[in-house]
Amino acid sequence: MQMTGAKIVIKTLIEQGCDTLFGYPGGQVIDLFDALYDSRNRIRHVLTAHEQGAAHAADGYARATGRVGVVMATSGPGATNLVTGIAAAYLDSVPVVAITGNVPCSQIGRDSFQEVDIVGVSMPVTKHNFIVKHIEELADTIRTAFRIAKSGRPGPVLVDIPKDVQEAVYEFTPQEKPAACEPVQPASERRLQKAAELLAKAKRPYIYFGGGVIAGDASAELIALAEKLEAPMGCSLMGLSAVPSAHPLFLGMQGMHGHFASTAAEDIADLVLALGVRFSDRATGDKNRFSAHFNIIHIDIDGAELNKNIAAALTIRGDLKDALRRLNELVQPRKNPEWRAKIDRLRLEEKARTAYSHALLEKKLRSDSQHLTHFQIIDAVSAAAPEDAVIVTDVGQHQMWTAQRYPLHQPRTFLTSGGLGAMGYGLGAAIGANIATGKRAVLFTGDGSFGMNLTELATAVSEQANVTVVIMNNGVLGMVRQWQTLFYDRRYSGTTLNRQTDFVRVAEGFGVRGARASTQAALADALQAAFSQSGPFVIDAQMSSDELVLPMRPPGGSVDNIITEIE
Amino acid sequence: MEQQYVIGVLVANISGVLSRVSGMFTRRGFNIDSLTVGETESAGLSRITVAFRGDEDIKERIVTQLEKLHDVKEVEVLDQHETVIRELLLLKVRNDAETRQDIMAAVEIFRSKIVDYSKEALVCELTGETSKIDAFIDLMKAYGIMEMCRTGIVALERGENCLRTIPEAAVE
Repeated sequence: MQMTGAKIVIKTLIEQGCDTLFGYPGGQVIDLFDALYDSRNRIRHVLTAHEQGAAHAADGYARATGRVGVVMATSGPGATNLVTGIAAAYLDSVPVVAITGNVPCSQIGRDSFQEVDIVGVSMPVTKHNFIVKHIEELADTIRTAFRIAKSGRPGPVLVDIPKDVQEAVYEFTPQEKPAACEPVQPASERRLQKAAELLAKAKRPYIYFGGGVIAGDASAELIALAEKLEAPMGCSLMGLSAVPSAHPLFLGMQGMHGHFASTAAEDIADLVLALGVRFSDRATGDKNRFSAHFNIIHIDIDGAELNKNIAAALTIRGDLKDALRRLNELVQPRKNPEWRAKIDRLRLEEKARTAYSHALLEKKLRSDSQHLTHFQIIDAVSAAAPEDAVIVTDVGQHQMWTAQRYPLHQPRTFLTSGGLGAMGYGLGAAIGANIATGKRAVLFTGDGSFGMNLTELATAVSEQANVTVVIMNNGVLGMVRQWQTLFYDRRYSGTTLNRQTDFVRVAEGFGVRGARASTQAALADALQAAFSQSGPFVIDAQMSSDELVLPMRPPGGSVDNIITEIE
Repeated sequence: MEQQYVIGVLVANISGVLSRVSGMFTRRGFNIDSLTVGETESAGLSRITVAFRGDEDIKERIVTQLEKLHDVKEVEVLDQHETVIRELLLLKVRNDAETRQDIMAAVEIFRSKIVDYSKEALVCELTGETSKIDAFIDLMKAYGIMEMCRTGIVALERGENCLRTIPEAAVE
């Protein structure tokens, strides 16, 4: 059937399984929006307040479901506004297809109005990108974009479509099925056998997993392996939610602000099985010290990650789910009471250190009725929130506190900008996650992060998104301030926010209910109000400016110099 | 141990592919000594030859990162002992009665050619391995190099081994 390029785009999106499109119109995508109008019962369009919010929403949609998130924006500023969102998806391996309009082919390269070379701009932050200059390539390019986005290690793909291509007419035949993923070469059997031998010989095996376990849907296989080996597990920030927080072998997140027990257990391990991780600097600290005492078996679907940051004794390239299933068959169940006892002692030590650090904090705040502590806030929210809520964070201290403490039960219920660390990620992502899953999204944010993209409250209202926003409001840019406290002689340059923003009134201005809480009783009331209604709600929780995220392993440091309390 | 590597890269012959390949080197902080690109026997493919210095680890990272690029179809590290490596030089040197004979002698010994002759200047053409080109340039410095241009290296494996292992039909 003959149709315009714009219609071909929308029909191909439908064919590829897209049910929601986050976007913002503009001059060079009017045709695409016009075509969308005809298909509005097939694709839900979510109009955001800013293209960045749309990109984060598509990312949240993808992270919460594993499906490809789709975002659309116009040329020039529309396209450049997507870039932070695309980069966030790229660094955390999230499948997103971004569609941008561009000026007609004849106008390209002439610095036309709203013309930007978005293919050039986005090249280093996309898995691949395209500009479609010929209508006959349009449908297949979009199919290829979906295939690339979700195949292997997922990632964002951008398709730039000049306006004349949207307006041209060409034959379109829909395909019956969405594009299939590219097949992955199965992990080498010989290497898996070698891994099984090493695991059998290891006295103190430890499993370090990351976002690859979630992307590869390998949680069940991971847990089965850990239980079979009786091996403790720790994870990177991106690995959170792959294993239930309460699992007896799970020691929590490791790294710069990781749990003491997981970081310390890894340090005394003699073999680390690393699954779907990239050994980021935040995870390892001093790279030479990090793996000084143990060997590493590294399994990843992306061959370029193997030996990239940390040298491994054994590398295995392959799909994690399949590799772990096969590894499970190769290993014998074992008991390891000596190792378990060591781990239990570390847990006790961690408990004591945390209790001491919290006691210090509570003592400091005893006379202070105006502030809540981070653990009071997080514990109150987790007690009040539905168990299946999708937890989303922005970036900064609140992000680390939430990562350390919020109990998670299911994969894909903890969304955070881990690699890029993009402040302003959260609200868009929370809206996307809520729309994708229908489950309530709870956004933990800070007054700094929230200030970056709070205009998306407008989207939460127009979409009636069930998003509960908890602002951990300490009046400062807390994470940078924490570095200034610890490493820059308390010279608080640029981190004190003398803003006097009344977030409750801001929320009300957007048509969102809100409440301020500086006591536990007020917080409980606010949470009760937030969770007993549908639609967005903003809680402005007051905190002291001086709370630190602990433990902290200083940048480039190691387990030897973890800071667990500050007098 | 640091050494020079030469890799052959077959890429889809489409616009932007050179940016993707060179951009990968820039973004990841790898240095390029030489990069050449040209068409191949197959219309859909171009061949890029990259020379760089680095250790085994850097070489591995470059290869695995290149393999991830969608438009890259094949990457191979060429064994320099089993590879024919050539570079082309065009060099313009002052044409001076005093030095002309010396220049002509050097041209002959290096199996170079004079491809343009004028009263003021000679243009020499030379192909060969990088070391030969370097030596010729060194020699010509004394006679007053006016300008020069070298292509960077191209390389093919000796014998029947070829880079391309994928059937043409699979090339987009």
